[in-house]
Amino acid sequence: MTSVAVPAGRSVLRRRPAGAGALTSVSGAGLGVAVLWFSLLVLLPLSAVVLRAAEGGWGPAWQTITNGQTLAAVRLTVGMALVVTAVNVVMGTLIAWVLVRDRFVGQRLLEVLIDIPFALPTIVAGLVLLSLYGSDSPIGPDVANNRWSVFLAYLFVTLPFVVRTVQPVLAELDREVEEAAASLGASRLTVFRRIVLPSLTPAIAAGAALSFARGVSEYGSLVLLSGNLPYKTEVTSVRILSSIENDNLAGAAAVATLLLLISFTVIVILDLLQRRMVRRG
Amino acid sequence: MAEAHLTPRRPADAVWPRLRRTAFRWTLRAIVVGYLFLLVAWPLSLVAREALDGGVGRIQELFDDPDVVHALRLTVVVALWAVALNTVFGVGISILLVRYRFPGKRLLSALLDLPLSVSPVVVGLALVLVYGGRSGWIGPTLEDAGIKVIFATPGMVLATAFVALPLVIREVVPVLEEVGVEQEQAAQSLGASALQRFRRITLPSIKWAVVYGVVLSLARSLGEFGAVKVVSGNVLGETRTATLVVEEKYLNFDKGGAYATAFLLALISVACIVVVSLIRPKEGSR
Repeated sequence: MTSVAVPAGRSVLRRRPAGAGALTSVSGAGLGVAVLWFSLLVLLPLSAVVLRAAEGGWGPAWQTITNGQTLAAVRLTVGMALVVTAVNVVMGTLIAWVLVRDRFVGQRLLEVLIDIPFALPTIVAGLVLLSLYGSDSPIGPDVANNRWSVFLAYLFVTLPFVVRTVQPVLAELDREVEEAAASLGASRLTVFRRIVLPSLTPAIAAGAALSFARGVSEYGSLVLLSGNLPYKTEVTSVRILSSIENDNLAGAAAVATLLLLISFTVIVILDLLQRRMVRRG
Repeated sequence: MAEAHLTPRRPADAVWPRLRRTAFRWTLRAIVVGYLFLLVAWPLSLVAREALDGGVGRIQELFDDPDVVHALRLTVVVALWAVALNTVFGVGISILLVRYRFPGKRLLSALLDLPLSVSPVVVGLALVLVYGGRSGWIGPTLEDAGIKVIFATPGMVLATAFVALPLVIREVVPVLEEVGVEQEQAAQSLGASALQRFRRITLPSIKWAVVYGVVLSLARSLGEFGAVKVVSGNVLGETRTATLVVEEKYLNFDKGGAYATAFLLALISVACIVVVSLIRPKEGSR
């Protein structure tokens, strides 16, 4: 399988590496530099967001988040990300299944198509979707400026995650067990439900978590597509950006903290799932 | 319930199941192909058609506009810096994570994935809060020393590096785990220095993983939009990148220009994906 752009389900650090040594002075210094860079680039800025939100106490921060327009944006973002994740769980598993178990001409092309949303600039993704589903659509549906645009944008940018996490697990599955079950008279559905699905569940869950996180944080593809109408199509990240542009950094930080909380939760879930997959593998 | 499923199949049923299986397989195939066609292939081809409407004239026009040329050049410069930083950091941290034991390793390896799920707008905001010239934590100090980060190229490099951070690591770590340490230990026992071991043994074995990581990071970096929008200030001819040009042109009703720029960017990212999928060996032959 050529899992190209999203090696998402592959855990960083799969097993305890054999022969991992204690730090030497050189590697210790290297670790120091690396952690310093990582802190300056990622950890320090992200803590600045949380601290800025907490600066005026959690009360005002909470008020910012539960203010009508922001709350509507958060609801839309989280709700739509959940719906899209559900679609991805089904479609992603199905696509992975067809890519692994079926053989036909043009499969290579499908592999490339699945990775495109990952590499395509998000603003271009918005424009791409607009060309088929916007007001100039050659087939009719005009999703621009209504909620379907958010659904469509999320669906596009999260396409690779479930596929790419499920695919390698499915490819390594032992088919003899399935054949044994079938030879004992189990129907295809039973084989899938009782034998294939349980082994895929952690991978599907990991892909779902990634796809949810990606959906919730999406910004670029919506800029041109959704019209960013308050209470209607404005998502959380757009709301944060307008706070930044109005120089309301504290308000932006409060909402950003909420998004960070979601990202952290997803990271923790992923870490636990990966550990579980290692134990099974 | 289990018993019903375990009834042995009679031979007479054998033809129908095979037919049904074929029909089933074709249905799945059709669903998947249709879905990907509607979601990705068709819209993408429409952008290409729009951009190439009337030949390459529109793309030629882009290169005649000095502001667009500046934006493209800036995009490339920022992306190259970000990729260079991420490659050095990524290879280094991968070796440390796989080959050494140290406290906090699990936490570090989990945190390294964080940039994948943080919203680009939040990334931009976070960098402004620390490096902002007016009220950032260390921004004013840096500005006094003559280093402008936010609303300038360094900030855009930081934003881009943040967003693409895990890509090299995610490619290199599994390969490093796969190759093991025997060769390195053998070289060490024969008296090879750490640098020699890295250059002659470790680097050749992770070479392709690094190449994939770099190509993917490049695609991601050239296309970064949200984070760069926040930290760049989006000044025409100064800090406006190619992705920001797409937005600006579209909002100013220059649809042709927007589609042409988008097409150019899409071409690069699709090329990156195709290159990786062509040079990546099939799993198992690695």
